[in-house]
Amino acid sequence: MDMTASLIATTLSAGTPLALAALGLLINEKSGVVNLGAEGMMLMAAVVGFAVALSTGNQWLAFAAGAVTAALLAGALGVLVIWLNTNQYATGLALTLFGAGLSAFIGIDYVGKTLPNFTAWNIPGLSQLPFFGPALFRHHLMVYLTIVLAFGLVWFFDRTRAGLVLRAVGESPESAHALGYPVRRIRLLALMAGGALVGVAGAYLSVIYTPLWVQGMTAGRGWIALALTTFATWRPARVLLGAYLFGGVTMLQFFFQGSGVQVPAQLLSMLPYVATIVVLALMSRNPQWIRLHMPTSIGKPFTPES
Amino acid sequence: MFDRLLKKPLAALVAAAALAGLAPAAAVAAEPLKVGFVYIGPVGDAGWTYAHDLARKALQAKFGDKIKTQYVENVPEGPDAARVIRDLAQQGDGLIFTTSFGYMEPTLKIARDYPNVKFEHATGYKTAKNVGTYDARTYEGAYLAGVIAGGMTKTNVLGVVGSVPIPEVLRNIDSFTLGAQSVNPKIVTKVVWVNKWFDPPKETEAATSLVNQGADVLFQNTDSPAVLQTAEKLGKYGFGWDSNMRKFGGKAHLASATINWAPLYEMLTSQVLSGTWKPAQYWWGMKHDTIELQDISPAVPPALKKIVLEREAGLKNGTLDIWKGPIVDQSGKTVLPAGKVADDAFLHGITFYVKGVEGQVPGR
Repeated sequence: MDMTASLIATTLSAGTPLALAALGLLINEKSGVVNLGAEGMMLMAAVVGFAVALSTGNQWLAFAAGAVTAALLAGALGVLVIWLNTNQYATGLALTLFGAGLSAFIGIDYVGKTLPNFTAWNIPGLSQLPFFGPALFRHHLMVYLTIVLAFGLVWFFDRTRAGLVLRAVGESPESAHALGYPVRRIRLLALMAGGALVGVAGAYLSVIYTPLWVQGMTAGRGWIALALTTFATWRPARVLLGAYLFGGVTMLQFFFQGSGVQVPAQLLSMLPYVATIVVLALMSRNPQWIRLHMPTSIGKPFTPES
Repeated sequence: MFDRLLKKPLAALVAAAALAGLAPAAAVAAEPLKVGFVYIGPVGDAGWTYAHDLARKALQAKFGDKIKTQYVENVPEGPDAARVIRDLAQQGDGLIFTTSFGYMEPTLKIARDYPNVKFEHATGYKTAKNVGTYDARTYEGAYLAGVIAGGMTKTNVLGVVGSVPIPEVLRNIDSFTLGAQSVNPKIVTKVVWVNKWFDPPKETEAATSLVNQGADVLFQNTDSPAVLQTAEKLGKYGFGWDSNMRKFGGKAHLASATINWAPLYEMLTSQVLSGTWKPAQYWWGMKHDTIELQDISPAVPPALKKIVLEREAGLKNGTLDIWKGPIVDQSGKTVLPAGKVADDAFLHGITFYVKGVEGQVPGR
């Protein structure tokens, strides 16, 4: 296989869980809720997804189970931060710690178990093309669905009434409330929908990407996804690009090592965070950018006054 | 609080009583010897810790009601390790195995407080009055895996996923390469480091990247079966490491280089039981059946398999030395002159790649 082609191929599959989780968090944040529980939700979804895949042998059931698990956790987070107005950051962090611990506990019996290999989907015809075939058209279906999802979200936020309402809730909950929209219920729905995507990302990791369950196996991908939403200035298409960029950095690091170029691994693994800080710094220099895409009421609780 | 205050002297008393039972004169005492194990990973990691736990079970089966084994898993290296080891000593364990390199200092520290308890620390190099060390010559398994890899490769590129660049791991990568070169001088070994002992997603990515760069036989010094799984997925070959991993990749699995700690554990335990235990440094390999090569795949042609079995026999009866000069490092410098056999001190201090390994040792 051509080296460049395979580098592209592995970048796509490494970026997919990041993109899925980040798109989920994007939906959360557009509605005005920051979800720092992503890492814990991913872990829970990973262990539940793995367990379901192991007992049923069906990957789609595993994805569904992961999505439901994470959506339920997101719902719990929603009740706390939306109705009880607990601090979003502290509550999210607590959820991450909770998810990390509980997933390790649930997963004790699943350590060292193996899953059947769920094969990639070779797109008929296209996968036979030289270079482009191996690079682009021999992936798991989820890789393509993620791309479709990203562009679906572009359309959703910009072109649909529901998308506009969601954004309004995140921009100015008071105005949305005044117009008669149930702000808190919309936020809860957004949180759970986004949570479900984070869950699919977790299940993808433990069922497809590395068909194994290991304690703490997400290894910070939830945090990278959080950083990604900011890095992408809250735009779905850029989230997708950013995910491939961050996923590609890991692959590039191994690629360098194998070809004898020494780049400290620790340095490369902090790149996504450095890039995010740079974007944040650039954005704050240009207030226009922030106003354009950052949900204004992000992180702020809302209490309807009646 | 009171409970705490009382517990310590009480536990010490119990420990003393248990140990009194170990004195040669009272060797027939009914009180079983309590043997504790401290593990770095989960017993189900399918690798390092799993192998230790298999040996613990064998030990219990062999000695029956003369001993009572217990273990604590997932113990991080650091303050927690000291706490767990102290706890086992307090509970009256007469022999404690601490099975990870990073437990060295905690083991020595606790050993000072419990002079009557015997400690055995795996892979360390410091001993004390009541602390011995033990290790396995894993590089012998790596060498035999290399022989198979060298014979099986079509691209002449072998890929190794390295864990942490310490002498033990470098020795394994070098031995793997020497084994491969002994049957196929044209091979090169590419190494990718993940800087972790156990991180399956990262191991997967590293393995994929090696395959992308032309490697068609993979080997790893990490603890999970992820590399073998990746080989299976990509239609390449791989090996099991530390324990038999065939079930993780039926087609890809060429063989498993395993560690069987049972003979060593049995010897140490019977020494403690009979009161003849002394701190020593054991480094056992194929000769003592500590290192084994299991389940050679039917995909390995008979001629190659014959060579592998011959080499294995040679390691067992001591007629084959893996580290025998001339051995040349990457830069072309002769590190071991012709005819000279490396001693253990040399083997413990390997910090270089032999000729045939590509890339640079990190940090050097």
